[in-house]
Amino acid sequence: MPDSSFPAMEGPVCPLPLKHDDQIILGHGSGGRLTHDLIQNIFLPYLGSPPLLSGDDFARLNRSNGELIVSTDCHIVTPLFFPGGDIGRLAVCGTVNDIAVSGAQPLYLTAGFILEEGLPIRTLVRILESMRLAAQEAGIQIVAGDTKVVEKGKADGIFITTTGIGFLPEERIINGHQAQPGDVILVSGSLGDHGIAVLAERGELGFSAEIQSDVAPLNGLIQALLIAAPHTHVLRDPTRGGLATTLNEIAVQSRVGMLLYENRIPIQPAVQAACEMLGFDPLYIANEGKIIAIVPPQEAEAALQAMHSHPYGKSASQIGEVTREDTGRVLLKTSIGATRILDMLAGEILPRIC
Amino acid sequence: MDLSLLNQTLRDERQVKAEIEKIRRILTRRWVLMEICGGQTHAIMQSGLDQLLPPEIELVHGPGCPVCVTPLELIDKALAIASRPEVIFCSFGDMLRVPGSNRDLFSLRAGGSDVRVVYSPLDAVKIAQKNPDRQVVFFAIGFETTAPPNAMSVLQAKALGLKNYSILVSHVLVPPAMHAILSSPHNRVQGFLLAGHVCTVMGYRDYLPIAEQYRVPMAVTGFEPLDLVRGIYAVVKMLENNEVQVENAYARVVKPEGNLAAQAIIQKVFQTVDRNWRGIGRIPLSGWGLRPEFTEFDAEWRFEVGDIQTRESPLCIAGQILQGLKKPFDCSAFGDPCTPQNPLGAPMVSAEGACAAYYRFARNPSTVKG
Repeated sequence: MPDSSFPAMEGPVCPLPLKHDDQIILGHGSGGRLTHDLIQNIFLPYLGSPPLLSGDDFARLNRSNGELIVSTDCHIVTPLFFPGGDIGRLAVCGTVNDIAVSGAQPLYLTAGFILEEGLPIRTLVRILESMRLAAQEAGIQIVAGDTKVVEKGKADGIFITTTGIGFLPEERIINGHQAQPGDVILVSGSLGDHGIAVLAERGELGFSAEIQSDVAPLNGLIQALLIAAPHTHVLRDPTRGGLATTLNEIAVQSRVGMLLYENRIPIQPAVQAACEMLGFDPLYIANEGKIIAIVPPQEAEAALQAMHSHPYGKSASQIGEVTREDTGRVLLKTSIGATRILDMLAGEILPRIC
Repeated sequence: MDLSLLNQTLRDERQVKAEIEKIRRILTRRWVLMEICGGQTHAIMQSGLDQLLPPEIELVHGPGCPVCVTPLELIDKALAIASRPEVIFCSFGDMLRVPGSNRDLFSLRAGGSDVRVVYSPLDAVKIAQKNPDRQVVFFAIGFETTAPPNAMSVLQAKALGLKNYSILVSHVLVPPAMHAILSSPHNRVQGFLLAGHVCTVMGYRDYLPIAEQYRVPMAVTGFEPLDLVRGIYAVVKMLENNEVQVENAYARVVKPEGNLAAQAIIQKVFQTVDRNWRGIGRIPLSGWGLRPEFTEFDAEWRFEVGDIQTRESPLCIAGQILQGLKKPFDCSAFGDPCTPQNPLGAPMVSAEGACAAYYRFARNPSTVKG
C-alpha cells in the first residue's frame, strides 16, 4: 500500500506554502495542480488500469462478442465504514452485481466521486484500497473516473457513482419478465445482513449486534449458477426494499404470482433478534451480497448445489415457487401455516413505538 | 429467550394448531372478542392467525394504537412547534407520517425543519445536552407502556438542570377506553384480550372491576401467535362457562401487580387528566399529563401554539374502526385513495393501525375471514 503522505507540491505557490495532504480542500476540485496531484498520487495508485493510466479523457476498450450491458448506480451510505464493508466496496459490488444479474460478465467500471471539503485523505485512501480489492475480486478494470469537490456541508464525506459495462456472451435472456408458473425461487443466503449491520454501526439499535454486511461481488457465484442452471429465467439482487419488494417487482413484470414459505427463508439469528426488537421485517431490509434466482424446476437442484459450493452461496435455500394464480402478488405461507400477502415496502422503514 | 427460536416455539404451526383445536372443542356459538392492542392486531394479520381460527370467533380491533388515537389537534401542535427554527423535534418514527390537518412531520423535515427519529426519549435528552442553544422537544405519546421512559426523560432532564428539553404529552390509558367502548349502545364486544405490554407495566388488577361491571371476561395476552391463541382460549372458555374473570394467559411476562418501580416513576411525573382520542372524542380521566411541578418541561407551556384549526378527512371512518364498530374493509376509502403512502387517517399509518395491517397483509376481503 503506497504511503498516503504524498510528495509536497512543487512549483510556485503562495508565500507560505501549506501542505494539503491530510484532507480534501476545495482546491482539489479546481482542475489545477492540486487536482492533478490528487489523481496522480491518490487515485491512480489504487484504481490505475491501462486506460486510466494513459491520461486521456476517455477510455478506449476492447469489445467482446454479444450484447453490451450497462448499469449505473449512485452510492451514499452513513457511516462510510461498517462491519463487513465500506462505501468503496459497495460502489464496486453494487454495479458489478447489477451487470451480473443479466447473465453478463462485468468487465469495466467507471467511477465518479463527489468529495466533501474536509474529507481526510486517509479516509479516501482506505476507500480506494477497498475499491481496488473489490474490483480485483470481481475481475473488472476501473477504466475512467472523475472527481469533484463540494463545500463542507454540501455532501456527506464522499458520494460515489459507478457505471459498469459487461457483455452478454450468447443469446441469453435473463430479466424480470421471464418468471414462469412452476419455476422455483432460490435465494443465495441469509437476508437483512447489510441493512442491520449499517444500522448497528450507526449506533441506532441501542444495543450492539455482531452482524456483518454481506456486500460482495456476485458475478462469480452467478457464473457458477448459470453453468449448473443454464435456463435460469430471472436473477436479481434484493438491495433496497429487500426480498419482499424485489419479488413483488418481478411478479408484476412477469405477470405471475409467487408463494413463499416463511420457514425456509434464511435469516441469521442476530438479524432476526434485532428486527424483532425494533419492529422491522427482515424481508424488507437491504442486502448487498445476495441474489434471487428463479429457475425452471428441473434445474433447481443443480442450481442450489452450485450455490452451496460457492463461498457466497453456502446458505442458499429454495424459498418458494412461481404460481399462475394471484398475478402480480407475492403470498407468504406463515410459520403457523396461514397464508398472507407479502407486500412491497411502502415508504421509509419506521421503527415502531412499542 | 433466544428470539431466533420463535419459529420453533411460539410461532410453531403444530403447537398453534393444537391450541386452536382446544378452542374448537369447547365452542358452542359465535363470540366477538376485541384485542385492545394494535401490536396484537398487527401480529394477528402478520401471522395470518385470523384465517386459522374457527369461524365462530370474530376478532375486532381495539383502539390500542397510540399513533392512531393521538388527537389531530396535538399533531397540528407538534407541527407548529417542529417548524420553529430553534426547535429540534424528536419523535418515534411512526409519528412522522401521521397526517395533520394539512401536512405531516415528514414534509416539515423535507422543508428544512429539524425533525429527528429517536428510539427512546432518553436519546432526546442526550440531544438536548449536546445542543444547549436549541430547544429539544420529544413527542411523548403512547399508552401506559411508553410512559415510564417518557417520565424518566423528564426526571433526567431535571436532574441535569436542562432548560432546553420539554415533552409534548399525549398519554392515554387503556381502562377508560374500555369503559367508553363497553358503555356504548352499539357495543358488540363480549370478551377482551388485554394488552400484554400495558399489563407488564401496570399489572391487571384494575381490570377486574370493569370485567364485573360489564360482565365481560378478559385475558392478559401476549403477542406471538401461540400467546394470542392461548388468550383467545382463556376468554372463550370463560364465555362458554359463563364466568367473568381476568385471567393471565401471558404469565411468563406479566405479574398481577405489574412493574412497581415503573409505576412509581409514572406517579412522580404524571397525573390523570381528560384526553381527546382521535376518532373517538373526549374521554374523562383517560390520559396522563405532567404534574404542575414539571410544567417547565411541558412543550405546550413552553411554546405558544394557540389557534389550531383542525380538519379531518370526511372520508375516513377511523373512529368507528378504533371502537370495533367497523372493519377496515367497510371503509369506502380503503385502498383507494387511502393507502400507507397516502393515508387519510392515522390507522393507515402506524404498523399497529388496523387499516395498515389489513392493507399490508390482506389487501382485499377475499383473503380475510369476515
